[in-house]
Amino acid sequence: MAASTSVNMDSTPALGARLRDLSFWAEWTALVGLVALLVIFGIASPSFLTPGNIAAVLVAAAIPATLCIGEAFVVLGKGIDLSMASTMTLGAVMMGQATLLGVDAGWACLLTLVVTTLVGGLNGLFVAKVKITDFVVTLGMLSAAQGAALIISDGKPVTLISPLLLTISTGQLAGIGYPVLIALAIAVVAHVTLFHTRFGTHVLAVGGDIEAARAMGINTDRIKIATYMISGFLAGVGAILIVARLGAAEPAADTKYLLDAVASVVLGGVSLFGGRGSIAGPVTGAVLLTVLVNGLTLLSVEQYYQPLVVGIVVIAAAALMRYQR
Amino acid sequence: MNVHTEHAGTAPAGPDVAGTVLEARRVTKRFGNITALDDVSMHMRRGEITAVIGDNGAGKSTLVKCLSGVQAPDEGEILLDGAPQQFDSPEHARRAGIETVYQDLALIEDLSIWQNLFLNRERVRRFGPVAFTARRAMQAESAEMLARLEVNIPSIRARVRRLSGGQRQAVAICRAAGWGSKLIIMDEPTAALGVRETKRVEELIHRLREDGLAVLLISHDFDQVMRLSDQIWVMRSGRLVSGRRSTETDGAELVSMITGAASSLEQDPSRTH
Repeated sequence: MAASTSVNMDSTPALGARLRDLSFWAEWTALVGLVALLVIFGIASPSFLTPGNIAAVLVAAAIPATLCIGEAFVVLGKGIDLSMASTMTLGAVMMGQATLLGVDAGWACLLTLVVTTLVGGLNGLFVAKVKITDFVVTLGMLSAAQGAALIISDGKPVTLISPLLLTISTGQLAGIGYPVLIALAIAVVAHVTLFHTRFGTHVLAVGGDIEAARAMGINTDRIKIATYMISGFLAGVGAILIVARLGAAEPAADTKYLLDAVASVVLGGVSLFGGRGSIAGPVTGAVLLTVLVNGLTLLSVEQYYQPLVVGIVVIAAAALMRYQR
Repeated sequence: MNVHTEHAGTAPAGPDVAGTVLEARRVTKRFGNITALDDVSMHMRRGEITAVIGDNGAGKSTLVKCLSGVQAPDEGEILLDGAPQQFDSPEHARRAGIETVYQDLALIEDLSIWQNLFLNRERVRRFGPVAFTARRAMQAESAEMLARLEVNIPSIRARVRRLSGGQRQAVAICRAAGWGSKLIIMDEPTAALGVRETKRVEELIHRLREDGLAVLLISHDFDQVMRLSDQIWVMRSGRLVSGRRSTETDGAELVSMITGAASSLEQDPSRTH
């Protein structure tokens, strides 16, 4: 009966054909850009490809990489989280205040993660249940979380010195800093979650076609809320990393972190219309943006030019994305 | 009208018809003042393609919604294998064995064929709270599902986005057929397809019948209904007008029953498309 049937398991075109295909380059924008930057800066600056600088770049990339993974989950589910940097600030401030009250650093970290995850959950609830546009909800949360951070901290930074945070910021394993290892571990868990669990498939399904996902019985509200909670949780991880790095809980949000998170997601080939993309892509995008700033600094390009260059790179990447199939 | 209110022909309606999978008994559904379904009784048998035809607003889609669990009837009963059912969701109806192939197919374009076939029914290996997908098992099973129904697809791993309209329809039908389902409801399965693709999908529907499934076909295409179906139910203004074996009727009679103009058929030949 099935004699006339041919169902191929594989259909991978030849490498040569793939290289001539613009959509191939669009899939790999971040990696191609990163390699190009490494070559250019490596030639232009002798101190760029030194072990010390590479280690510094990777540590600097740990926070943006962590944040962009959270953003990627939300965007894959056809949403956007503009509140990540503010949520991170709120988390940092919670840590500072908890420590002032005599809470142990470990518990303060846990508190931070709980609070930021709840903030994400609140975003998700308003998007999924109250059905307000994600853009508006998270823009509101951007302001609200920042405001809460200022109120709680009374606008004052808190210096935090604890053995735990010191270990996080300066510890190394085989020459690789703990922040890098933490970000890498998160990336691996995120990748496995997205592509090897039922939840991940459902995130992609909801992002790809929410009506179809609902028709197949997927609880789309639950999935949406979960993506925002992941984003909130990773904003909390970002908060711990930044407090450890600065040795202080700063109440002022750095909006650059938000821009970098969204830009990394775009660079990393995640469709802003949801439903397709990866984790490796955005993480590579975050490393690319960090390398870009690092290289420009090493080449003594004036700081004011850096945002301009970043903007051009992001828009160019987005233009290439149009060729994605 | 009075001519056709009885359940006609050699197909006795009502309970106790051999092979009946699903039976609707005196189902009524109202929306405010509008009675969308009025005392409708019909049945579908395994190994048969049952068509429901009628003009726009005849109540076909409301009937489908009641059978597939999207809406609950106000009065009457739906029996599956003789047991009364009260579906509170499409998921519930699906678990009971009633699959619906929606007109928009409900496929996720950016997921692969196998992911779509197993969407929300993933084969998983559980480790505590985490459900890991068994990709290889699902891919192998997907290939079997498509092969069993002789569907030709370039690769099981291709995204649905790359498929033609007919291929998509085939994937959606395979998904519906692949879950030990008893009844598959198809709403205008070939409305968006070309001639050749229509033919292929019709062959696929035939194979479902040969596999012993019950198929409920909603179609505007009379020729298709005559080609495919074994039993035809005609609806008009929310009521069941008549039931016929396909072998015992023709397009002209169906048109007259749909329009409710048995005697005025000659006066309005334009309706016979």
